[in-house]
Amino acid sequence: MKKSDLISALSEKESLRGKEASEIVNLVLGGFTNALRKRERIEIRGFGSFTVREYPPYLGKNPKTGQRVEVGSKKLPYFKVGKELKEMVNGGKKGQS
Amino acid sequence: MTKIDIIQDVYEKLGFSKKDSARIVESVFDIIKDNLTSGEKIKISGFGNFVVKEKKSRRGRNPQTGDEIAISARRVLTFKSSQVFRKALND
Repeated sequence: MKKSDLISALSEKESLRGKEASEIVNLVLGGFTNALRKRERIEIRGFGSFTVREYPPYLGKNPKTGQRVEVGSKKLPYFKVGKELKEMVNGGKKGQS
Repeated sequence: MTKIDIIQDVYEKLGFSKKDSARIVESVFDIIKDNLTSGEKIKISGFGNFVVKEKKSRRGRNPQTGDEIAISARRVLTFKSSQVFRKALND
């Protein structure tokens, strides 16, 4: 499912005009990116949470040549799946760990 | 940021009632959840992909006690952020 499919599914489900549905989807997703850019944490109950994690620099290896390369510090978005969705995806079962 | 902030945004910027805004935002997440539950991936360009992965059963360890335990096969949801988004975060 791409963004355009999400928009049509939303417009169908909520009887919205295509433009309205696309404005809503863009507002939700744009809100996500903006919040994370501000290093803000996002928490959607039943879905999951997004945080920005900072990774320190390390000495990596080029997997093809084996050459050492410096990998600088970086920030990556991290998604932690929420409990409800985690169980839904796993067929409603609680995965034992 | 929580769902309430998103609902507020939809209410203020798009002119839906509070009640409609809440229901519609809920629907957005419901659609995404339903799709992932049926095993379909969600690809949002400029943001990232949500993919359901099948994990085989394996033997693990309880990190606290060191006891070996069986970990059953399962489906897990993973998120991979898009390159565009990662670049924006690091700029």
